Amino acid sequence: MATAEHILVALVEDKPGVLNRVSSLLRRRNFNIDSIAVGHTEQPNLSRMTFVVHGDDAKIEQVRKQLDKVIEVVKIVDITNNNPVARELALLKVKTTASTRSEIIQIVDIFRANIVDVSADSVIVEVTGDEEKVDSLLELLRGFGIKEMARTGRIALPRGSVAPLLVEEIRMPEQPSKPLSSEAESPPDW
Amino acid sequence: MKKTGAQILCESLIKEGVEVIFGYPGGTVLPLYDTLPQYPQLRHILVRHEQCAAHAADSYARATGKAGVCLATSGPGATNLVTGIANACLDSSPIVAITGQVATPFIGKDAFQEIDITGITLPITKHNHLVLDVGELARVVKEAFYIAQAGKPGPVLIDIPRDVFQQEAEFVYPEKVDLPGYKPTLFGHPAQIKRAAEMTNGAVRPIIIAGRGVIISQAFAELRELAEKAQIPVITTLLGIGCFPETHVLSFGMLGMHGMAYANKAVDNADVIIAIGMRFDDRATGIVSAFAPRASVIHIDIDPAEIGKNVRVDVPIVGDVKNILEALNKQIVPRDHIDWFNQLDQWRQEHPAIEIRDSEGLLPQYVIRQIYEVTQGNAIIVTGVGQNQMWAAQFFFYDKPNGLISSGGLGTMGFELPGAVGAKVGRPDETVWCIAGDGGFQMTIQELATIVQENIDVKIAIINNGYLGMVRQWQELFYKRRYVHTQLSGPDFVKIAEAYGLPALRVKDKREVTSAIEKAMEHQGPFLIDFVVEPEENVFPIVPPGATLVQAIEMPKPEIVTPSS
Ligand SMILES: Cc1ncc(C[n+]2csc(CCOP(=O)(O)OP(=O)(O)O)c2C)c(N)n1
Repeated sequence: MATAEHILVALVEDKPGVLNRVSSLLRRRNFNIDSIAVGHTEQPNLSRMTFVVHGDDAKIEQVRKQLDKVIEVVKIVDITNNNPVARELALLKVKTTASTRSEIIQIVDIFRANIVDVSADSVIVEVTGDEEKVDSLLELLRGFGIKEMARTGRIALPRGSVAPLLVEEIRMPEQPSKPLSSEAESPPDW
Repeated sequence: MKKTGAQILCESLIKEGVEVIFGYPGGTVLPLYDTLPQYPQLRHILVRHEQCAAHAADSYARATGKAGVCLATSGPGATNLVTGIANACLDSSPIVAITGQVATPFIGKDAFQEIDITGITLPITKHNHLVLDVGELARVVKEAFYIAQAGKPGPVLIDIPRDVFQQEAEFVYPEKVDLPGYKPTLFGHPAQIKRAAEMTNGAVRPIIIAGRGVIISQAFAELRELAEKAQIPVITTLLGIGCFPETHVLSFGMLGMHGMAYANKAVDNADVIIAIGMRFDDRATGIVSAFAPRASVIHIDIDPAEIGKNVRVDVPIVGDVKNILEALNKQIVPRDHIDWFNQLDQWRQEHPAIEIRDSEGLLPQYVIRQIYEVTQGNAIIVTGVGQNQMWAAQFFFYDKPNGLISSGGLGTMGFELPGAVGAKVGRPDETVWCIAGDGGFQMTIQELATIVQENIDVKIAIINNGYLGMVRQWQELFYKRRYVHTQLSGPDFVKIAEAYGLPALRVKDKREVTSAIEKAMEHQGPFLIDFVVEPEENVFPIVPPGATLVQAIEMPKPEIVTPSS
């Protein structure tokens, strides 16, 4: 089956150790994750995790279902087909000289990136965009010498009318149809 | 009135209906141990190794359907629990493991007997929690018991620092749990159930493969109704044994590596498989790409992640087995499958699975069969791992749910003795037989002391072949009989039993088997029999590694005489 890139988004309870639980699970099930980004959401006590994963449909399905088993994961969806807006942020410290500085500034402008720090022999460029844009800018600036780079994982939101990921929306628990086994009688004899 | 953390824990356990704790003390849990006498309702059983506390709690849970509880101190006590917790995790057994932790100011300082047990057990628990505030203790316990037992059961660990046991808080036991991220699906999707019913009603060569999920869900009557109404043979996994009476005409034995040849043939030829509460483990499927090539698969399981994990599924139904079967049965049209059953019966005759070859020597299969005969099947059998386990599965007929308690997923040698302890403590009115290998028995042999001290009436049958039998069998069949490090020069088990203070017998002659078993049964209290059996007896059939279910090696024909029952 063909492998493709998928973006999964999870809402997780803001509790200690959640990231550890999630990453431990991904490692032990041998799932390869391109990136994870974690941050707060518009809803209190909830964080949003964005995963970029490569794999065939069966693999992605397993990633989603296994992550859903983590108790603190409240909801997880694959938003790949919701035409999401996906962005990442990179900070690039680029070597400069008197002769290269203006050329660098030009390139940065074309990419609608920003120069957020200037020193005698370098600048820090801040760029946000999809992966391709960040990659292309990086490619162009590489020639000048990249002294240091920091890059976040991708975050994403589905476009337009796709219903937001809200906890309220989650079905409330159905009451167990049978008592939990602690209250149940011992098994019958045949 | 304020209570200490230790009191809060005890009272929370009582609220959860806990009657027994399998445990072992140490520094960080001393405040708890000091409090235990205030709560005589909580019976504490002192094991001799923490691994056995976890196994006993696990087996107790399987025997009773209630969560089992085990308790250990921090550091080495906690790490000793690990194998037992992993065992419970792979077999979906609800246990709540409580560990002491160093006092909160010491956490992260590599203090004496500090170990990150929540980190260590992350991959082998359904959930775990380090309690940093006595105010959250009651809620954490409530959640632990809920998570352990709801949905697909599993182990939950609660790590409690020593000072949290001593701190005080108001005790309010929460009425309900609030876990927004954990809401198991209990009812199957009606559209999928309808599709499953249509597929079942149209099947020509249907089979049911039933697993431990049927037992956990207590769906015995529903399974039986489905099988009888639609006239479908029921094959079980190892852990599913007992979910359908094995003496029932529709019972078709166990599938898998040591499953009956006719059961594996049925799987191979089926056109519709209804897989219920089982997870297509590789020991059950053989090489998975060739599993059930002719079948459409209906898979019923409470864990959505199991569906499509190993085997492609045509109709997935997520939910509680009992609920789903109830709904499904309403849409099943009574049928018979005469041609299919004729075919199955023919296979059953051609591959008479389970028979005991004629031998002057003492055969392990014969020992198991005699335990069946003497107990008339009224016993809980707790096994070790290896040949003894497979013979116990093959040569005893299980008519009751939880008649067989065995370590399936992890295959933990040493489960047998603490497992028998847990089963007997949970079901004191049942006869409990521990079927042990001479290898595995020595892994947890020290529990003989627990058994004697607590007078736990288990009957122990050591299937003593002088080898790590199952490994030796693999060496014989797949490594040209090179028996590298599998021979055991065992101790004198009878003397060992006597040293621990329990009566014991050695049996070498097949004519003495029945009377020895009877003697053990008549004796009030624990009893050990050392059955010195044929050393190189093999388990058949066996599906070689990397082979399909129908490529099993069966028992060499010339030796076969007549079935014994
Ligand atoms: C803790 C552990 N170590 C090793 C194994 C691998 N193993 C599987 S079966 C077996 C032999 C078991 O020997 P014994 O307990 O004497 O039982 P038998 O097969 O002879 O009935 C071994 C070593 C295991 N399952 N568990």
